[in-house]
Amino acid sequence: MTTLSREETDALIAEVLEVYPEKAQKDRKKHLAVNDQTIEQSKKCITSNRKSLPGVMTIRGCAYAGSKGVVWGPIKDMIHISHGPVGCGQYSRAGRRNYYVGTTGVDSFGTMNFTSDFQEKDIVFGGDKKLAKLIEEIEQLFPLHRGISVQSECPIGLIGDDIESVSKKAAAVIEKPVVPVRCEGFRGVSQSLGHHIANDAIRDWVLDKRDGAAYEGTPYDVAIIGDYNIGGDAWATRILLEEMGLRVVAQWSGDGTLAEMMNTPKVKLNLLHCYRSMNYISRHMEEKYGIPYLEYNFFGPTKIIESLRKIAAFFDDSIKEKTEAVIARYQPMMDEIIAKYKPRLQGKKVMLYVGGLRPRHVIGAYEDLGMEVIGTGYEFAHNDDYDRTIKEMGDATLLYDDVTGFELEEFVKRLKPDMVGSGIKEKYIFQKMGIPLRQMHSWDYSGPYHGYDGFAIFARDMDIALSNPTFKNLTPPWKKVVEDEAKKAA
Amino acid sequence: MAKLRQCAIYGKGGIGKSTTTQNLVAALAESGKKVMIVGCDPKADSTRLILHSKAQTTVMHLAAEAGSVEDLELEDVLSVGFGGVKCVESGGPEPGVGCAGRGVITAINFLEEEGAYDEDLDFVFYDVLGDVVCGGFAMPIRENKAQEIYIVCSGEMMAMYAANNISKGIVKYANSGGVRLAGLICNSRNTDREDELIMALAARLGTTMIHFVPRDNAVQHAEIRRMTVIEYDPKHKQADEYRQLAMKINNNTNFVIPTPIEMEELEDLLMEFGIMEAEDESIVGKTAAELAADAAAAA
Repeated sequence: MTTLSREETDALIAEVLEVYPEKAQKDRKKHLAVNDQTIEQSKKCITSNRKSLPGVMTIRGCAYAGSKGVVWGPIKDMIHISHGPVGCGQYSRAGRRNYYVGTTGVDSFGTMNFTSDFQEKDIVFGGDKKLAKLIEEIEQLFPLHRGISVQSECPIGLIGDDIESVSKKAAAVIEKPVVPVRCEGFRGVSQSLGHHIANDAIRDWVLDKRDGAAYEGTPYDVAIIGDYNIGGDAWATRILLEEMGLRVVAQWSGDGTLAEMMNTPKVKLNLLHCYRSMNYISRHMEEKYGIPYLEYNFFGPTKIIESLRKIAAFFDDSIKEKTEAVIARYQPMMDEIIAKYKPRLQGKKVMLYVGGLRPRHVIGAYEDLGMEVIGTGYEFAHNDDYDRTIKEMGDATLLYDDVTGFELEEFVKRLKPDMVGSGIKEKYIFQKMGIPLRQMHSWDYSGPYHGYDGFAIFARDMDIALSNPTFKNLTPPWKKVVEDEAKKAA
Repeated sequence: MAKLRQCAIYGKGGIGKSTTTQNLVAALAESGKKVMIVGCDPKADSTRLILHSKAQTTVMHLAAEAGSVEDLELEDVLSVGFGGVKCVESGGPEPGVGCAGRGVITAINFLEEEGAYDEDLDFVFYDVLGDVVCGGFAMPIRENKAQEIYIVCSGEMMAMYAANNISKGIVKYANSGGVRLAGLICNSRNTDREDELIMALAARLGTTMIHFVPRDNAVQHAEIRRMTVIEYDPKHKQADEYRQLAMKINNNTNFVIPTPIEMEELEDLLMEFGIMEAEDESIVGKTAAELAADAAAAA
């Protein structure tokens, strides 16, 4: 149970909105809601995936961020060219903690920045020749790369460069795939469209390249879709799937390779973790190749067990048996963790504000530790995400879509959670307010949080944040003396 | 020393902006004025009659060769031609690639930074691409650039339509800066009552037809030799026309914020002068077959 009733939460929203001009108030009102578990379709209570208002502080990214940063970037054996001026590539370089195995600069390129470094003359005369030259140089300097993607920055779309024809020509010369991606930053309202564009580029330029080719399959072939291996998440996931007897053919796209992607149409089941960023390609494989996809959640033992059984149900009894053995084997470890941390964390309240999946996916993990999520929201979710959120959140909890800096601060001041789970932009604001914050994009340089192994780390990290004595010592000593004297006097 | 006057020449594509500008500039130079021409068109044909060259090497092409525009010196891009006229071409990409508008912006910024607008100059003329398709081609009329706009037009419908549209653009920048419409230059196409029509249009726009330049083959004869009429045949009567235009511009003080007119008003004007027929609403959207059927039914 939350501390606020439905009416009180409604009143809180109204109060926070009051400072806005009328038009902004009307718009923002649609993005804020009090959760009602009886609602089946979120469109009845919340609006999402709309343009942010000018003047508010939104923390959304752009289409380029969605394509290069999220979907394509982690494919380790390809070189992803940030095509345009240098900044987009350089300031997003190696920032997302997509771990991979490989020798960087030789056969893997994940943390490197390749850019065409546009200058004035490239804008005026077009950058096609430079792109062709860049690909030629990549081929000479990094001969072990398996392919190239061209990630368009804004100017490419503005000046109408024909990156498709350059890509086709270059691919024929280097005899490796060259994929043009039209993910110019100004397209769409957030990084979400970038995910879609990136998915479509995979569909059109990669996915069918091994159709009909020889492949030694097993009945247990699966692919992990939408796990970006942040802090090693995909590895923690893969261990479990392999222990239950499945063969993981591909990881999309954390620690993934181009060949894995091309082999994915041969699998029996696609396992979809980040629905928001990779539902498009999953649906496509379902339609074209008849491969079903299954959404799963590997945060916290409750959701893990639920998901493992759901996955096992697709396969024969041998898998089901192994799955139960896996669950049984890890249960003592989970019991131990919960016995250790639950008494310390019981009843603590959390507010979340993350990207497009975790605002609902991590709720179970908190609940396993006896904590409660009293508010959650997404940067760039669509309504199908909120459909899936309503049932996960308690009644009368707060939902906020594309929340503004002001709103989130006010909500936190009023709801007084024990901790906030969000990103680097929020971290120091809330910590200075005396509220511990864990980064739920990057796992605050920790992780993994997926799977049983991840839960152990998750529980420890939440405890570290909440039990940190710093937050009890925010009043400086000289003010403390005054406070103590005032108490004595009273 | 008189203050530098910066003028921009706009008008529909193919109307004769570059030819008119160069002849006019040649006449000004002949009378002792110090003039610079800045070509703002990727075709780079704004200075060929002054320089007797096919196409001047442009700022952007030199910048591309040198690496960046910062690597250029002013003397690399500035050529001096007939009558001491200084010539610069902004240049830009071949059609279909890149961003020509950005080329104009880059080139003009370069000229400013390098001090091309020196104190000895009396006039700068910007010769701008026919259609102001994007912000780059409005660069010459932004703050601290051209203050006087001359629109070259003729008695043809599309030329007048373009003149009206350009006026709309001027209004936008006139309100935020000092740019003003300075007059229409009628470059005659020998249509009926052309001078009266352009004078009437000028009146509606709140300006005047500063000069009526008659059509004369001497212009073409000179052009084949990559020369202005002023230089090729200074005694020809057409040279005097350009001298008159130059003198009128030199003495011009009639700078206004234009009052562009609505499409209907422009059409009324064209109908008044018999360029356009009254529109028959009953035939709009009907195919030839449908019209034939209608005619048969009426008969």
